[in-house]
Amino acid sequence: MNVDVFEDERQHHFVLNMGPQHPSTHGVLRVLLKMDGEYVLDPQPVLGYVHRCHERIGEFKPAKAFMPNVARMDYLGALIYNQGYAMLLERAAGIEVPRRAEYIRVITSELNRIQSHLLWYGAYLLDLGAFTPIMYTFDDREHILDALEDVCGSRLTYCYSRVGGVCKDIDDKFIERVRAFIERLRGRFPMYEELVNGNVIVQRRMQNVGEYTPELCARFGVTGPLLRSAGVEYDIRKAEPYSVYPEFDFEIPLAQKGDAWAAFNVRFREMEQSLRIIEQALDKLPDGEVMAPKVPRKLKLPQGDYNCSVEAPRGELSYYLVSDGSDIPYRIKVRTPSYSNLSVVPEVCKGMMIADVVTCMGALDLVIPEIDR
Amino acid sequence: METLNAFAPELIRMIIAVIGAAVLVFGNALVMGYMERKLAGHFQRRTGPMEVGFHGILQLIVDGIKLMAKQLVIPAKADKPLYMLAPIISFAPVFLPLLVIPFSDRIQGFDLDVALLFMLAIASVNVFAVLIGGWASNNKYSMFGAFRAVAQSIAYEIPMLLSLLAIVFMTNTFSLRGIMDAQNVWFIFLQPVAFLIYLVSMVAETNRAPFDLPEAESELTAGFHTEYSGMAFSLFMMAEYTNMFIASCIATVFFLGGTSGIPLPYFEYTGIIWFLLKAYMFMFFLVWIRWTFPRTRFDQLMNLCWKYLLPFSLVNLLITVVVVKL
Repeated sequence: MNVDVFEDERQHHFVLNMGPQHPSTHGVLRVLLKMDGEYVLDPQPVLGYVHRCHERIGEFKPAKAFMPNVARMDYLGALIYNQGYAMLLERAAGIEVPRRAEYIRVITSELNRIQSHLLWYGAYLLDLGAFTPIMYTFDDREHILDALEDVCGSRLTYCYSRVGGVCKDIDDKFIERVRAFIERLRGRFPMYEELVNGNVIVQRRMQNVGEYTPELCARFGVTGPLLRSAGVEYDIRKAEPYSVYPEFDFEIPLAQKGDAWAAFNVRFREMEQSLRIIEQALDKLPDGEVMAPKVPRKLKLPQGDYNCSVEAPRGELSYYLVSDGSDIPYRIKVRTPSYSNLSVVPEVCKGMMIADVVTCMGALDLVIPEIDR
Repeated sequence: METLNAFAPELIRMIIAVIGAAVLVFGNALVMGYMERKLAGHFQRRTGPMEVGFHGILQLIVDGIKLMAKQLVIPAKADKPLYMLAPIISFAPVFLPLLVIPFSDRIQGFDLDVALLFMLAIASVNVFAVLIGGWASNNKYSMFGAFRAVAQSIAYEIPMLLSLLAIVFMTNTFSLRGIMDAQNVWFIFLQPVAFLIYLVSMVAETNRAPFDLPEAESELTAGFHTEYSGMAFSLFMMAEYTNMFIASCIATVFFLGGTSGIPLPYFEYTGIIWFLLKAYMFMFFLVWIRWTFPRTRFDQLMNLCWKYLLPFSLVNLLITVVVVKL
């Protein structure tokens, strides 16, 4: 926060305070912009407005009881956060998860990913000034939320995974609904492509805005669709396969240029791949239990430190847990993708126009509670 | 009203014309407010206002009452007199252009022989209002909006005027009635380039999306009217709607033959019906693109004007002059 208005002797520069209440920061992010007219000289994100000490809370209660907290870190990727945390504890305690439960986790996680991308798609276009697309994506998203509500019991901050499986089996109605949704969304993609992706204003607004190079991404730890839009084929689902992902046939959408337009397209194509995964998982869905038979009520993790990474909608999510042998973790650290992704803003947005800063930050797909935890 | 031209003394005529313009301003704001919300709703697969009255038809009246009852918040370090003056400057002049528009063969306030210049002059007063409002609010976002509004309005007035000037050269008159009567063939067919240029400039002049940069919501929260609430805000809104209507009327008069159209049987007000239909068709167009396209960036908007619209309108004007002289 080294912004001094008076350091410039001509005093042409001034500081614009974008946020914490601003329509396009999507939550309580604050960015201090040092401006020269329309141009941003020095953007500085200011964090901490929704810090809730989740990691600290984790040090005071049994490891199993931390599950609802992780869902509240990223409200758009709660199921994936659930899955990752459950996998961490299973890895630590050496619990084998039934295959059916793994499949269900993958199906729900991928639905969650599509849901997150759909919301981002609408909200991003809202940032660019197009009001209508968000209504259409919300319409699609509603089908996912309804289906997930039936099995998970909630619509946003799910707590579905348990150590050793999932809390409730899916039924035929859910499968039918998801299949219908896959059909529906596939039918909608051409419409989105024609109306939005093909629009010349959309393209001109996004092209050549905020170009990422693989080096820059490596320097700041940028992961997820942004890294893939810079041409790096890195997706935890393929790079460090977890759960039953190796059994499915899917691609990692890639782009080369690393600008907002590339990120936009990568995310858009990821939804199609997620649909493919869900379809295959529904076809192959094995029968059986959804909970491991012997999960102790009081889960004591052996002494040591454990790590587990999953691919969240916004990038690499990894949990790090240090156990001292009791049922309460000694330390939990969550590496959330948006935090690292946001850290490139001061570097990338230097010298941009204010409208481009909005475009650039929208392409990051920030979820603020995940940054602040 | 139809015998007005022949019998009424000038003073009564004037009063009636002004009252008529006032009614039109508020009526248009109501119709447009409702139309915009309803259309936006249907574009977005929702219903729009439905609760108040049949299909929400009374919604705007309720909203009006709410806005009037709301507290006018003046920011702490705002320049109070200027802050209050800005909405008035924005709203007050919008009555005047309506007086010279020929709505039908008989309904027209005054047939001014420099009507076009008069209208454009009045329309440009709006820039002052936006600038003053943005400056006096003592808010950086408002100031940004004001800066942008000035640059945008000045830039787009030029191609707008040049495109209309091509038609003035063809008809040899600035009077709207003269231009309307000169159209045996609608000028949209004779001057398609001028029409397209005018259409784009019209959107930019009225600060509507995709060129609504002075109030770009996602960048500048609400631009120049960030700090305005209640009636002050609604004065800005009404001025915007009226400016849209005026711009649509100019387009109707210049390019679509004004009142001309297929005569409707048993009805002597054919002219005004056609006129309003055409004008509201343009309004529909403005609403339609607002809810379809994203916003352009500021430098793109300026490039569009200076690099494309201005040269094309100049060339168009030149060709028109040469053809007319031949």
